[in-house]
Amino acid sequence: MTSEYAKPLPAPADPELTAPFWEAAKRHELLIPRCARCDAYFWYPRPACPSCLREGWEWTPVSGKARLHTFTIVRQPASPSFAEDTPYVYAVVQLEEGPRMISNVIDADPLTEVEVDMHLEVTFDDVTDEWTLVKWRPAA
Amino acid sequence: MSLRGRTAIAGFSELPTRRTYPGRNTFSLLAEAARGAIRDAGLRQAAIDGLICSGVMPMSLAEHLRLKLRYTAAMTVQGAGPAGSIVTAAAAIHAGLANYVLCVFGESLQDAPWPVRATTAEWEAPYGPVIAANGDYGLIKQRHMFEFGTTQEQFAKCAVDERLNAAENEHAVWAGRPISIEDVLGSRFTNDPLHLLESVMPCSGAAAVIVTSAERARSLPNPPVYVLGAGGPATSHHSIWQEDRITTSPVVMSAPTALETAQCSVRDIEFAQFYDPYTILVMMTLEDAGICPKGEIGSFYEDTDTTYKGEFPINTDGGQIGAGQPGDAGGLRHVVEAARQIMGRAGVRQVERNDLCLVNGNGGFASVEATLVLGSGATL
Repeated sequence: MTSEYAKPLPAPADPELTAPFWEAAKRHELLIPRCARCDAYFWYPRPACPSCLREGWEWTPVSGKARLHTFTIVRQPASPSFAEDTPYVYAVVQLEEGPRMISNVIDADPLTEVEVDMHLEVTFDDVTDEWTLVKWRPAA
Repeated sequence: MSLRGRTAIAGFSELPTRRTYPGRNTFSLLAEAARGAIRDAGLRQAAIDGLICSGVMPMSLAEHLRLKLRYTAAMTVQGAGPAGSIVTAAAAIHAGLANYVLCVFGESLQDAPWPVRATTAEWEAPYGPVIAANGDYGLIKQRHMFEFGTTQEQFAKCAVDERLNAAENEHAVWAGRPISIEDVLGSRFTNDPLHLLESVMPCSGAAAVIVTSAERARSLPNPPVYVLGAGGPATSHHSIWQEDRITTSPVVMSAPTALETAQCSVRDIEFAQFYDPYTILVMMTLEDAGICPKGEIGSFYEDTDTTYKGEFPINTDGGQIGAGQPGDAGGLRHVVEAARQIMGRAGVRQVERNDLCLVNGNGGFASVEATLVLGSGATL
C-alpha cells in the first residue's frame, strides 16, 4: 500500500543537515536540535543556533509531550492529494521543551474532539518504506 | 533630523479592482496607474526621478514608461511593500536621493505569480497546508479566540462594516453589495474558524502614488498629504508558527516608530486604513497599533461604527475584504484612500474628521508591517 502514497514527502533542502531527524523518525524517535552552548532547544534545524548564532548544536531526544498551540481545520488543501482526508487538523504543536512545529493531530474527530491547549503525545506515521512523519494524538 | 512633515503625497491614481483585465498584463496595468498618478499630481513624466515597485524589476518598468531614474527600489515584503514604499520614498527624498518618487503596485492575474522562496517547506508540505494564506490566518484567528474570547460575531462585524464602505465605492468588486452578520456566519468555512466572507478575493488592478518634498508639494495642484510618521517594514519571521506570540504582529515595532516620528499619540488618530486580507489581521494589527488594548478588538468592533459614517472609520473604501485584492495594489489602496480622504476627494464616503490617518501595510502572515501617519496641512 505504501507505494501508493501520493502526498508530498519531505523534500530536504539540505539533506545532510536534516537526515538525522528523519532517520530517527523512522526508528520512532523524536529528536530536535539543542544548542550545546546556550542550551536552547529550537525548531526547525538551521546550521547555527538561532538564539546565540553559534554552530555546534546536537540532536537531542525530547519527551514527546506537547500542547496544541493552535490549529485550523482543512477543507481546501494546497495539494489536491490531501482531498480524501478532509476535514483534517493542521496544527501548531508546542513541545514541552518549548519549540513549535507544524503537524497533524490524528486519532481525534476534528470537529468535536480537538481544542486549543489540549495535551498531545507524539506518534509516528510510516507513510512509505522510506519516510515516517511525526504526528500527534490526544495524550492518553 | 526627523522625517515629520518633510515629504508629502502629491497625487494618486487607482484602477477599478476587477477579477480580471482580459488581455492586459501586469505592466499594462502598472503603466496606466503610473500615468494617472503623474497626471493627478500635475507633473510631467520627465519630472519623475525615483521609482519604487514590486512584482516587476524597476528597470523593466522604467523602460516601459520611458523614465530616467536616479533612484529605484524594489519591495519584496508582499502587502507591506506599498506602505513600505512611502516610508522608503520619504527617506530617499529627505536624503536628497530623488525629488519625485513614483510608488506603483498591482497585478494582473493572467501573469504567473512572483515566486516566494520559503524556508520551511520541508516541515509543512507533508502535513497538508491549506491553499493560499487562509491556513495561517486561520491559525492566528483560532488562537485569538482562545486567548481573548473574541467571537465569530465580532469578526463578522468587521467584514460587514467594510462591505458597507465598499458598497459606496464604484471601484470595489463588491460595489453596491452590502452584507449582514448572518451572511458572514452563514458562509462556508474555507478552513475553520475562517469564513469565506471575511476573506479577500484575489483580483487584478493597480494603483500609484507620487511622493515629493513638502515644499515641492505645496506648489502642485492637490492639497499635500504630509508624511508625518513612518515605521517599518518591520519583521521577525515569515512562517507564523515561528513567531513567539502568534496573536501579536510586528506592528508593535512599526507603529511606535511611526507615531514617535509623527510626535503624536494614537489617541489623536481620526481614522485608519489597515491592511485587511482577513478580519483577524486588520483586527489584531489595530490592537498592536494601540487603537484599543490588546485582546479587546472584538468588543471595540461591537461597540464602534467603523464605516465612513461612523465615529472611527476604518478602511473607508471597503478595504480588500470589500474591494478585492489586486496583488500588492491591495496595500497601496490603503494609502490612496487615506490621501483621498485627507484631500477631501472621497465623495459620498468622505469622513467628517479627515486630518489625521493611521495606515498599515502587512505582508506574509502577519510577518512584516509598515505603518504611516498621514496628515493634512492643519496637522503640521
